[in-house]
Amino acid sequence: MTSHLGLMVLFSLFVSVVFAALMRDQPAEQLKLFLRLFGGFLAAGIVLAWLLYPLPL
Amino acid sequence: MSSPSAAVHSPFRACLICAAAWAVPGAGHLWLGRIQKGVVFLITLPLMFASGLWLEGRLFPFDVQQPLVALMAVADIGMGVPYGIAKALGVEGGRVVSITYEYGNHFIIVAGLLNMLVVLDVYDVARGRK
Repeated sequence: MTSHLGLMVLFSLFVSVVFAALMRDQPAEQLKLFLRLFGGFLAAGIVLAWLLYPLPL
Repeated sequence: MSSPSAAVHSPFRACLICAAAWAVPGAGHLWLGRIQKGVVFLITLPLMFASGLWLEGRLFPFDVQQPLVALMAVADIGMGVPYGIAKALGVEGGRVVSITYEYGNHFIIVAGLLNMLVVLDVYDVARGRK
């Protein structure tokens, strides 16, 4: 659970839930926005991680 | 499902509702009759804050000599009563050598900032803008 990936998933989950509830009023729209945000966070995190992987940081 | 409140509250009353929303995440929406949103915030934000503490994050002191630390302290205070409870319980120190220390800090800071966004949303709802 305390792996980098696990914590990223947990963080994305919390932020996506709050933003979806804030920005939409209808539960169906909230669910749709939540899935888009959550998927976007995960995809962006994984893509950025692979882009940074070759850099000597 | 949310049941939007049609009432437009006075600026003073709106500020009172905002204070409640700051103190207890979700309380402002519950006060205004937006039960579903209120319950989501009431559960999610304290859980995120508690996760940050569980990850051994720190509640930053308000120190104007270190502007970034002061800004992080402001973000932490955005959490309201859970912040006070954590302080009272003495779990605010964090553990800097823990591998999850920075993760914990970010969970705590973002929980506070999200609660500030929730407070702004409550103000808009209370003034009839949403």
